[in-house]
Amino acid sequence: MMQNLARKHAWTIGLALFLCLLLVSTKIIQPDFGVSGLDSLSRAALPFALATLGMAIVVISGGIDLSIASIMAVTSVTGAVLMQGWGEAATGLVIAFVLILGFLMGTINGALIVLTRVPDIVVTLAMLFVWEGTAILILESPGGAATPWLRDLIVGGVTVPGVPAGFTQWLPKSLVFLLCCFCVIWIPIRSSRLALMLYAIGSDQLAAFRSGVPVKRTRILAYALAGLCAALGGLSLTMSTGIGEPIPGPYLLAAVAAVVLGGISLTGGRGGLLGPVLAVFVLRLVRMDLTLMSVDPNVTSIIEGTIMVVVVMVGGLLAVKARRA
Amino acid sequence: MTDTKSETASMNMQLEPGAPLLDAQGVSKRFGAVVALRNASLQLKRGEIVALMGANGAGKSTFVKILTGAIASDGGHVKIRGTDTAMSSPAAARRAGLIPVYQEPSLIPDLSVADNLRLGNTPSDQFLHWTHELGITDLRLDQNAGDLPLATLRILDLARALAMKPDILLLDEMTAALPTDLVERVLKVVRQQADAGMSVIYVSHRFVEIARLCDRATVLRDGTTVGDLAIEKGIEDHIVELMLGAALSSQDKAGSHAVKSAFGIKAVPRLTAHALGAGSRLTDVSFSLRPGEVLGVVALEGQGQDELFNVLAGSRRPKTGSLEVNGRPVRFEHPADAIAAGINFVPGDRAGALLMSRSVHDNIALPMVANLKNWGVITLHDEAKKVDDAIARLQIDTRAMGEVRRLSGGNQQKVTIARWIARGIETLLLFDPTRGIDVRTKQQIYTLVRELADQGAAILFYTSELAEVRRACDRVIIIFGGRVVDTIEVADADDQTLMRAAYGLTEQKSMAQA
Repeated sequence: MMQNLARKHAWTIGLALFLCLLLVSTKIIQPDFGVSGLDSLSRAALPFALATLGMAIVVISGGIDLSIASIMAVTSVTGAVLMQGWGEAATGLVIAFVLILGFLMGTINGALIVLTRVPDIVVTLAMLFVWEGTAILILESPGGAATPWLRDLIVGGVTVPGVPAGFTQWLPKSLVFLLCCFCVIWIPIRSSRLALMLYAIGSDQLAAFRSGVPVKRTRILAYALAGLCAALGGLSLTMSTGIGEPIPGPYLLAAVAAVVLGGISLTGGRGGLLGPVLAVFVLRLVRMDLTLMSVDPNVTSIIEGTIMVVVVMVGGLLAVKARRA
Repeated sequence: MTDTKSETASMNMQLEPGAPLLDAQGVSKRFGAVVALRNASLQLKRGEIVALMGANGAGKSTFVKILTGAIASDGGHVKIRGTDTAMSSPAAARRAGLIPVYQEPSLIPDLSVADNLRLGNTPSDQFLHWTHELGITDLRLDQNAGDLPLATLRILDLARALAMKPDILLLDEMTAALPTDLVERVLKVVRQQADAGMSVIYVSHRFVEIARLCDRATVLRDGTTVGDLAIEKGIEDHIVELMLGAALSSQDKAGSHAVKSAFGIKAVPRLTAHALGAGSRLTDVSFSLRPGEVLGVVALEGQGQDELFNVLAGSRRPKTGSLEVNGRPVRFEHPADAIAAGINFVPGDRAGALLMSRSVHDNIALPMVANLKNWGVITLHDEAKKVDDAIARLQIDTRAMGEVRRLSGGNQQKVTIARWIARGIETLLLFDPTRGIDVRTKQQIYTLVRELADQGAAILFYTSELAEVRRACDRVIIIFGGRVVDTIEVADADDQTLMRAAYGLTEQKSMAQA
């Protein structure tokens, strides 16, 4: 049983070990690396991780969403503008509004794909530009404001009243925030029929259809969930920077990279969500280490790309070998 | 190079006027462990039309592929004009003067007809001449091939082949998708060309056409040529016998299971079809299926059975006709509707039924949880036990549970059935469930089918293997040309009766009487 579990999650376990190895080597390269380093790493990784979650759900269902970074931009500026306009008291309302907005934007993506039958890659590429333009219309240049206590939610270490600071201080709040998002989104899906249906349509649409899965609705829902994750990502950006940013960051390609490195098959139907999140941290940490070693940033990109190809290739070879044995 | 070839060819023909134009001897081919062809041979003289016949799985398509150079043979030789011709590629076969017209349209759909002609170096004046001869008069060369109806595409394929002035024309189920008037045209043109010296290999299931058109018939069974007969009156029975071979003498006894179950004749039919039609192939199928009954369906390939099963399973909407479940009219918009009405479909292609990259558990649980009406968050824990029960009942090999693609074909097939058993089966549609699986698993499936029927399930069982009818069914309907042409009780269902009916011979007789 244990062995089965280990085999099933071999990829995720391998990634986790790789991450530990990277953390150790970071400590060796930079002996100062400690609580504050962990905090800034986790905070930098947060929007990437949320974008990756959304991308992972869509890719598992057999699609792809190229508009994910643009949705983050729209939700980020909407949040910042509304928080500035409506004041601190309405923060909760703004958050709810922004999350619903992200969900709706994703629904529009999905509905367009299903109804027009235009390939997902084309629709979401087009929507990338649409959402990008929308974000700039809402806020021309970086601005707006975030409610201060929101920023406190993800900056610094965890403090629990009554527990000495030393026990919990090392754990970054942003990591806890990410874990909460992960649990709130994925656990209900994982434990319900929805997960199986998402995997089913990603694995084989015909077989899923014949098994009675409402393929169209499930596809739309996958994009809607991606929109929701992107909205969380956009919010987290506003939370950590305190302003809204209308130009999308490099989240799209980073999310695709983490999804692939995280063990999700780009053809759909295979992989979990923990792997991609770990992969986000692996990729961020590699980048950080290379920067600490003062490697030329351009070389850093080359090394990142090489790591991806090599890891995925070696993983594939190992999987083939294990199957033969 | 080509010139010398045709010179030697004409010399050969002058030297031996009676020698065959094409002579294939002892051709064999195996795919892995499966022997597709053992010892196939075919001879074709100048100006002759030879029918190539055989039951499903006799090796016809493999033989056709070897003759046209699409695949290489393992043994034997193919001689054209007396010289050994290495049919190494379709291009080589064309150079030797053999032009095929395949079952599926071969024009590239995104190109215009004119571009398609240019691509194949087809002379367009010749092409247009033949399209007119064959009855297509309103063709514009700038139309995209993909916009043309299937029947027109088939005719264009034939016209394209004729425009190349072939010595040997190979027609693979040429008339399958054609309306009657076009069939007449095709038969007329082919006969004329044969009289003018072209030789034709005619692959078909249709006795009527073969009787009208062909000079001889070569019959394949189990990858071996078992007969080469001149077409004459009453030869059909002999051909049917040849196609069945040993199966005739060693027929297994029917009836041991054909005891009518307690559910009896009086019960309300579980599933009733009234004059169902869909696509171009399924025209008019009616039957009723009672609880406790296994109703066999026998048909040659492409007689509308695929469409029928897809309509019944809700994955395709019928053009005409209606369906009743338990006496109430139903309309299926989605397979989920059919599943909700208790109709479970096991399709012929396992790859189209299972999530190959997911686990056995996931596959069995999927139809249980995929219910349109309930999006709710529920745990899969309750289902887990049912899933285990189904696995145990079907004796599925549990060593490779993690990914269905790693199971053997037989075990995969068990999973396709197990996933429905876990829910409890009311109506089961089995489409050739034992194709390509081992004898032991086949036996387990027959036993299971009988058990399920005895527990009150209604089962529709399409099979391409005639002997299965007697192992599993109570009654058989035979579909030919999209219609039910006969219903036979299993006690009367010997292979010859089934085969004659499947080839539409009973229908032919009744038409002659009428």
